[in-house]
Amino acid sequence: MLLGKRKKVSTEIPMASLPDIVFLLLIFFLVTTTIDAEKGLDLVLPPAQSEELKMAKENIANLLINAAGNVAIDGEIVEIRDITRIIKDRLHQNPLLVVSVKTDKLTQYDTYLDVIDKLKKAEATRISLAEPEEN
Amino acid sequence: MKFERKHKISTDIPTASLPDIIFMLLIFFMVATVFKQFSGLKVSLPDAEMVKKIPGSKRHIVTIWIDRNNQVVCDDYKVPKTTNLRNILYEKRVQDPQMIVAMKIDKESTMAMVNDVQQEMRKADALRLNYSAIPGVF
Repeated sequence: MLLGKRKKVSTEIPMASLPDIVFLLLIFFLVTTTIDAEKGLDLVLPPAQSEELKMAKENIANLLINAAGNVAIDGEIVEIRDITRIIKDRLHQNPLLVVSVKTDKLTQYDTYLDVIDKLKKAEATRISLAEPEEN
Repeated sequence: MKFERKHKISTDIPTASLPDIIFMLLIFFMVATVFKQFSGLKVSLPDAEMVKKIPGSKRHIVTIWIDRNNQVVCDDYKVPKTTNLRNILYEKRVQDPQMIVAMKIDKESTMAMVNDVQQEMRKADALRLNYSAIPGVF
């Protein structure tokens, strides 16, 4: 049997266009990636059905925000910019202090976040949220 | 005046390693890309001073939008009633125990809605939240 000589077939993959393909993919991922991280104030909510913790009254600072955006700490009306100083003082006196933030239904979120921001600035780590006042 | 002929210096940049460099960049961007992007609602975020980056990967973030007309959107799902949020969040929480809820709330909205949403989050055991804010200079 006579076998004809086969033609030599090139088995190499052409590599010349590889950088172009990779560039294309690179540009695609560059465009789709958003590097900017989400930023904000973090908070941990209390779990549901948690038992009502009986806490000593002197360990709680009641912070109320009304619909008009006025803030009261333990019944005393204070300016928002003074919150940091007052809470810092009280934390210094009592490191176990828990700040209980209570808002009205019509309180603006902007005011609320401002207060949370001030509490964070005062390094108050124990922040509790009370349900809004029914009226 | 006679000029001496300078030595011939090779002026071409070696391009043999170019594909390797591009590959490395490609892999970086492939890993950094998260395809989940939701349009959400149009909100104007409040600004705050003590903002921090949300720890961990973007993959664990679930976003809830609340706009000034009290519409609620959770990721890609428009929530008709706040009580529906419980199931949505619970399912997400089961799939990803490291879930963090990013709250994008309009600064003009009222606390009634925010509190309703937060009560639902407590019931769904989605306790880690983050109020999205713009870093402001005071």
